[in-house]
Amino acid sequence: MNAPEKSPPQRSRYSAGVMEYRTMGYWQPDYEPKDTDVIACFRVTPQEGVDPVEASAAVAGESSTATWTVVWTDRLTACEKYRAKCYRVDPVPNAPGSWFAFIAYDLDLFEPGSIANLSASIIGNVFGFKPLKALRLEDMRLPVAYVKTFQGPATGIVVERERLDKFGRPLLGATVKPKLGLSGRNYGRVVYEALKGGLDFTKDDENINSQPFMHWRERFLYCMEAVNLAQAATGEIKGTYLNVTAATMEDMYERAEFAKELGSCIIMIDLVIGYTAIQSMAKWARRNDMILHLHRAGHSTYTRQKNHGVSFRVIAKWMRLAGVDHIHAGTVVGKLEGDPMTTRGYYDICREDHNPQQLEHGLFFDQSWASLNKLMPVASGGIHAGQMHQLLDLLGEDVVLQFGGGTIGHPMGIAAGATANRVALEAMIFARNAGRDTLAEGQEILEDAAKTCLPLKQALDTWKDVSFNYASTDTPDFVASVTPAQ
Amino acid sequence: MRITQGCFSFLPDLTDAQIRAQVQYCLDKGWAVSLEYTDDPHPRNTFWEMWGPPMFDVADAAGVMLELNACRKAHADRCYIKVSGFDSSHGWESVRISFIVNRPGEEPGFRLQRQEGPGRSLRYTTQSYAVDRPSGERY
Repeated sequence: MNAPEKSPPQRSRYSAGVMEYRTMGYWQPDYEPKDTDVIACFRVTPQEGVDPVEASAAVAGESSTATWTVVWTDRLTACEKYRAKCYRVDPVPNAPGSWFAFIAYDLDLFEPGSIANLSASIIGNVFGFKPLKALRLEDMRLPVAYVKTFQGPATGIVVERERLDKFGRPLLGATVKPKLGLSGRNYGRVVYEALKGGLDFTKDDENINSQPFMHWRERFLYCMEAVNLAQAATGEIKGTYLNVTAATMEDMYERAEFAKELGSCIIMIDLVIGYTAIQSMAKWARRNDMILHLHRAGHSTYTRQKNHGVSFRVIAKWMRLAGVDHIHAGTVVGKLEGDPMTTRGYYDICREDHNPQQLEHGLFFDQSWASLNKLMPVASGGIHAGQMHQLLDLLGEDVVLQFGGGTIGHPMGIAAGATANRVALEAMIFARNAGRDTLAEGQEILEDAAKTCLPLKQALDTWKDVSFNYASTDTPDFVASVTPAQ
Repeated sequence: MRITQGCFSFLPDLTDAQIRAQVQYCLDKGWAVSLEYTDDPHPRNTFWEMWGPPMFDVADAAGVMLELNACRKAHADRCYIKVSGFDSSHGWESVRISFIVNRPGEEPGFRLQRQEGPGRSLRYTTQSYAVDRPSGERY
């Protein structure tokens, strides 16, 4: 598989016509990636009869300098340098017909500080290439030299905690429900009750922008009344993620400016606004002392299936570079896709300064973040107070736990739901710090806390049997029991 | 009202044994524990008064408890006191945990002032009722 290809003499290499990508210089099994190279790992599934090395070399070619035929104009350039080099092709464990291709790209192929450029190169053309049945970008190694050209999270976990004066426990949030239809005034009521009851944050949902039932200014005005009132009622800093997602950058800047004028400490954007818009908002957030929350709206269209698309671990890396402060990264136990080991990999990408290669977590490369700010992962979707011990064990301390239904659906009302979550969280942190085995004794710890907190007792009774036990589709390939694609 | 700043404000007030266990957790992590007190608990009052510098070289929670008792003796009935654990490791270099261990007998809470601006915009100011009186005479 990994035998080197003889490179043809220059003259015949550039004679007009079509030749195999592997003989054009895109397959170099002897190549040792430089510290400054960008490296990508693709899962390549060639069409029947297509040689995996040729398919992988084609991916290298089509994501760098190649086109379908030989062009003499290559000879006007330092083309050896600009060619991406596939240097390794390994069969995917337990998945006949698929290969992991490792491809190195010279740093000069990329514009500094631009996710748009990086992604246009790596995933721009090649995913529709006919000789491939399917293709997935699994992971990337971003060299420190490239990492340092990005701003990184506008605020970062440490400064966010300092600004909010909240340490030692996960932050608590809730998405306002129903996500569509509430008037600004009713919406603000939900925000006030949830924050007064004990949450740190409330959140607009991804599709709350400016609709007939609630225009954005109404929402912002009532939400900030609610935030300030809850702040005065508790003596604690509160926030609500005002979603500034809109049709144009001008609209988004206008909404962000209004949020700032009203004294909001955090705004929100959706992944669907695009990488360039995200980077623009990250720069705006840094300039304006604003925390920037990112909802990963739309990502499952390309991250979920194992054989085709882009892994979410790549999106998480790009978003840490792009400069958002919060990113939804899965709950494991909630209602949305999330294998525990794979999710662990995403959280490490967000929060660590160095990620060692860890195949069982889906991390194919060592990755240094070179002191780039840390990105706060957010766990949202189908979680409730009764899972607190599992959430703390799986997700750790630097995370926002978002209980939407698990707050607003409480039988005694929103504030009671919020209080139940906060008491469950504080009791669990307290017990962990005091040396108890929270995973084993979690149920007991919660029941003890519920003795002095009726709302928690009611929450535990209401949701005790709720769990979402479905098989994940996106799982690591390197585990004791491997799950195949499809 | 009850100010809910800090890590454990939603739990019943901590006993000395409970405080000691949390302090020991900090020390075992290698964090420096510090005590701070204030009679201005505004949510954005970052700089509470320090009860001495952080205790960098204390290894046993008993040492911290001695200081806490001394701080209580001086301020307990008139101030909030909080314990913080400070982590100096690279990439964090900030507070890792902080929790309130003492409150004044009565917490009057905060007034929210609204200043009407153009259109429907409002400017908000949060002010503790207690700070109407000079520092030292507030609780």
